[in-house]
Amino acid sequence: MSALANALRRHPEMMVAAVLVLAVVVIGTINPVFWQPSNLFSLMRASVITGILALAVLLVMLSGGIDVSFPAFAIAAMYLTVKAMIAWGFDGVLLPFAMATAIGVGLGLVNAVFVYYLRMIPLIVTLGTGTAVRGFILGVVGTSQINIDQMPPLLINFARGEFFHVTQADGSTAGLSSMVLVYAGIALLVHLMLRYTMMGRSIYALGGGEEAARRVGFNVRRTTFFIYGLAGALAGFAGLLHGAMIWTANPRDMVGLELDVIAAVVLGGASIFGGRGTVIGTVLGVLTLVVITNSLIILGVDTTWQRVVVGLIVIAATAATAWRDRKRIA
Amino acid sequence: MTPPLIELRHIGKSFSAVRALEDVSLTIGRGEIHCLAGENGSGKSTLIKVISGVWQPDQGELLIDGQKMEGMTPRAAIQHGVQVIYQDFSLFGNLSVAENLALSMELQEGRKLVSWRRIRSIAQEAIRKLGVDLDLDALVETLPTAGKQLVAIARALMSDPRLLIMDEPTTALTGREVEALFRVVRDIQSRGIAVLFVSHKMREMLEISERLTVIRSGRVVAAGPISEFDEAAITRAMTGQEIAAEGYRWEGTAGGTPLLEVSGLTIPGQLEDVSLRVMPGEIVGVSGLLGSGRTELALALFGMKHGYQGQVRIDGREVRLDSVQRAIEHGIAYVPEDRLTEGLFLTQTIDRNMLATSYARLSKGGIIQRARAAREAAGMIREMAIATPTGDRPVTQLSGGNAQRVVIGRWLLNDPRLLILNGPTVGVDVGSKAGIHRKIRELARTRGLGVLMISDDLPELVDNCNRIIVLHRGRLVSDTPTEATSEAALSEQLGALA
Amino acid sequence: MSAITQRLRRFDTNLLQLLLLTVLIFAGMAALNPDRFLRPYVFESITFIAPELGLLAIAMMVAMLTGGIDLSVIGIANLSCILAGMFFHWIGGPRGPELVNLPLHTVAAGIGIALGTGMIAGAINGLLITRLRVTPILATIGTGQVFTGICLVLTGGPAVAGFPKLWGQIGNGTAFGIAVPLIVFLVVAALVWFLLSRTAFGINLSLIGTNARAAAFAGLRTGRTVFFSYVMTGVLASIAGILLSGRTNAAKSDYGVSYLLQAVLISVLAGTNPSGGRGSVVGVALALVALMLLSSGLQMMRFSNFLVDLIWGGFLLLSIALAAWRNRVR
Repeated sequence: MSALANALRRHPEMMVAAVLVLAVVVIGTINPVFWQPSNLFSLMRASVITGILALAVLLVMLSGGIDVSFPAFAIAAMYLTVKAMIAWGFDGVLLPFAMATAIGVGLGLVNAVFVYYLRMIPLIVTLGTGTAVRGFILGVVGTSQINIDQMPPLLINFARGEFFHVTQADGSTAGLSSMVLVYAGIALLVHLMLRYTMMGRSIYALGGGEEAARRVGFNVRRTTFFIYGLAGALAGFAGLLHGAMIWTANPRDMVGLELDVIAAVVLGGASIFGGRGTVIGTVLGVLTLVVITNSLIILGVDTTWQRVVVGLIVIAATAATAWRDRKRIA
Repeated sequence: MTPPLIELRHIGKSFSAVRALEDVSLTIGRGEIHCLAGENGSGKSTLIKVISGVWQPDQGELLIDGQKMEGMTPRAAIQHGVQVIYQDFSLFGNLSVAENLALSMELQEGRKLVSWRRIRSIAQEAIRKLGVDLDLDALVETLPTAGKQLVAIARALMSDPRLLIMDEPTTALTGREVEALFRVVRDIQSRGIAVLFVSHKMREMLEISERLTVIRSGRVVAAGPISEFDEAAITRAMTGQEIAAEGYRWEGTAGGTPLLEVSGLTIPGQLEDVSLRVMPGEIVGVSGLLGSGRTELALALFGMKHGYQGQVRIDGREVRLDSVQRAIEHGIAYVPEDRLTEGLFLTQTIDRNMLATSYARLSKGGIIQRARAAREAAGMIREMAIATPTGDRPVTQLSGGNAQRVVIGRWLLNDPRLLILNGPTVGVDVGSKAGIHRKIRELARTRGLGVLMISDDLPELVDNCNRIIVLHRGRLVSDTPTEATSEAALSEQLGALA
Repeated sequence: MSAITQRLRRFDTNLLQLLLLTVLIFAGMAALNPDRFLRPYVFESITFIAPELGLLAIAMMVAMLTGGIDLSVIGIANLSCILAGMFFHWIGGPRGPELVNLPLHTVAAGIGIALGTGMIAGAINGLLITRLRVTPILATIGTGQVFTGICLVLTGGPAVAGFPKLWGQIGNGTAFGIAVPLIVFLVVAALVWFLLSRTAFGINLSLIGTNARAAAFAGLRTGRTVFFSYVMTGVLASIAGILLSGRTNAAKSDYGVSYLLQAVLISVLAGTNPSGGRGSVVGVALALVALMLLSSGLQMMRFSNFLVDLIWGGFLLLSIALAAWRNRVR
């Protein structure tokens, strides 16, 4: 028993990998439609936005906090950027993404100020900033949805790109979105940052013990600001990408998404107490969640069950991590 | 003549109204093992923090290599070769041994990127320097305490320190591990590194150190080469108290029904076939090294070890102590080891701390009878002579001794039969200590309370107990009337066990 | 040492500050729109709307008292009244006079169903938190999803509209010239106040919140007590649900979502320590009045609901900043 717990502590992604394989085998056996390339590709595409946001949450959780403000930040970055592009008559890809990312960084740093200088529990801070930002967007910037006819075409074209095609059994072709590559690139960068830079290690150290991190000589302030700044950047980037991928900028979008994302990160083996969690685990967690919730239809389950399923996944995953970490807390 | 490595001259440090250090002077020579002794709360930790640059002294000066240091910071202290190993080791449980060892080095070198190969080689070098064997890939949280300590020492040695400060390094170690630690410390010394060994355990000081400084209430009360001291002298200096010779006499008769009778108490891996009896009015001392099972014995009697084997009888009737509530029903009370984390509710009032166990008893139909509660709390504040005008003050206003009286008083409100005290006067100042001892003896004598007193403080046991048992590796190895033993004999016995 | 002393003394000054804040907001709003704000109608409408939020805030405070949090309160509130509503529709049909005129004993049974739902939901939270040792944040995020998900599954999305007249009386009626919801709130708040400050259960709860380990060593039944506190939180949430559905004559899976932040805000503003051990019903009531005055004043100035959200979020951050500043000054 405890050997299993130890193995899980060292390789938190083992559990989620097993769950994913199990889910895929069960779903694929019940309905072989699952194995069609178009379905697999659409699952991968569907995990892009949740995945990038999950990386943001992973960073915060590694440091021992929890973030619920990122959907609001993502929407703010997306809506402000698209609005600005329309107002200035600008179209493009790089600059808008830079702008959205910068907006995210700015908002993330606000979180950092409250968490570091005012020493408030991250959950409550981010609840406040998230609500305030969404209130600002809807109350001050606007409530109207920007549809495809107004969306900057280059942005949409960028998100439409596909880099891999296969011909399916029925003769139709299925393409894999290039956004999957963007997501993979970001995940790789975050992974490299966490594993091969001192900043990355200082995030783990901070999650392992703030006082110890200070004594060893880590700059806890810099690390905290980096964590929330990068989390904000990822949220901002994901927000604009989301708008580009669904061809609309809706300021009321992504409400409640934080729960799915947190579910995915916890499922990926990250601990809410900090210091434990990996990019691989998170990516697998997102994929598992996406596979399960998106396969309800082909399993013949009504989509209204989706939330119940997500909730049960959170409960099961947290109960499992609580079991894994039980000695540490006791 | 080369100046000493570290010299403190007339250091003073206050926190708001509390004078933590007053006129402290101390020199540590190169490659010297220096022992800093004092009871909890004597100012030891403040002194460490002054030397390591965490706190600036209000008065006096700090010299390193004869150079006066202005505005010391932790960073400057590290650059001057001062490394501190705190009691909690400041390690990262979620990271591997290798990373724990290498991270601070990488930080000092200002690296931005991590090479796992370099981390491994730094870590290998570190454990090679210390001459120990550790699994570099293990997560630190999976190591036993002694292993964690080795990691902390190895890490501290990597920056080639000239002074290693070890804060209570033996607290959580078994006798054998203490021996291993001492070998490591002597080895460190042989490389010309000075060690400031902070402790309150006499045997260790006498064994390891060359020079000794004793502080009490923030002042240096004794200092000199270790050869000038014996245990009695150190105790005297630490407590400021002559060892009282009065002793405690139990006046009951051995023939009656024992208050507590334990037979064959076994918890696999913790306690092994322990049998003992406590008569009403007896104060039985429990001694033993750390890991001897003395706390486990207390916890088992307090209903916190569910699966114990063996029999427990209270007043001759067999009872099963499988929950704290059951133990309390049978009149067992337990004053825990760590007052701050296990005893007190820090942000609450004295009254609430005092009544914590009693609210259910003081309720009628679920509603607290407030007048009765206030009366009982006030009465116990008087009885325990707690220095406070009213019970609605926060408990944090109390000194260690007064806070301990609150925890003891909490139990007395429930008319216990058996009071188990784990380190009853740890961190309690001398005057208050004597008062607490007097109270315990009075309770035993007049109320027929049975007392089990667990303590590291041998004079405390010899003075207050009529019988002393010694546990070792979960077994009861001796049970002696106090008249038949002495502090020296006990100390020798414990030394032989270690 | 003296810092904590003063913090304890501040406990009462905290109430004073809240009172001052309430008066200031009142005066400010009265000065900004004297003709509209100072009308009896304004205060009357507050007495109908505030109680449901107040009950949720008290529920949140109770959870925070033990160092936890309950993010599932909205889910519990909605599930409770949806189940009651479905029960009514089952007995009296989906609409028409039969439903409207359902007799007292049927409505009482509906109340029983709602309260029972809250009790069971709270018990599930309590079991997860005390038995399986799942962190309260994650446990209640998960159960909140499940409860909301069950609402969706039961209703398929749209609201359960149409409740008996008697049920509507609870949300809209008046008795002795006072709004029934206010009476319900005052009675429940008084009961909770009594429970927390005058019974062994309440005092033990704040002792456990202060130091769970010391509580165990003092012989308190920590698990059981915390368990019951979550049951209580669940029941409070279901009462809030009854008031909400009574007032709006409908029940829906996503009603009152913005109440979650507001409940946390009121609880924190009321001086509740989210790390446990401190919280007061009187404080919650005062903070509730202050914020209701603020938001109805703003609405009168034609601020949109979104802007009110922005200001609520800002208020939460401000109260965190103020608390931190007060701590620093001392």
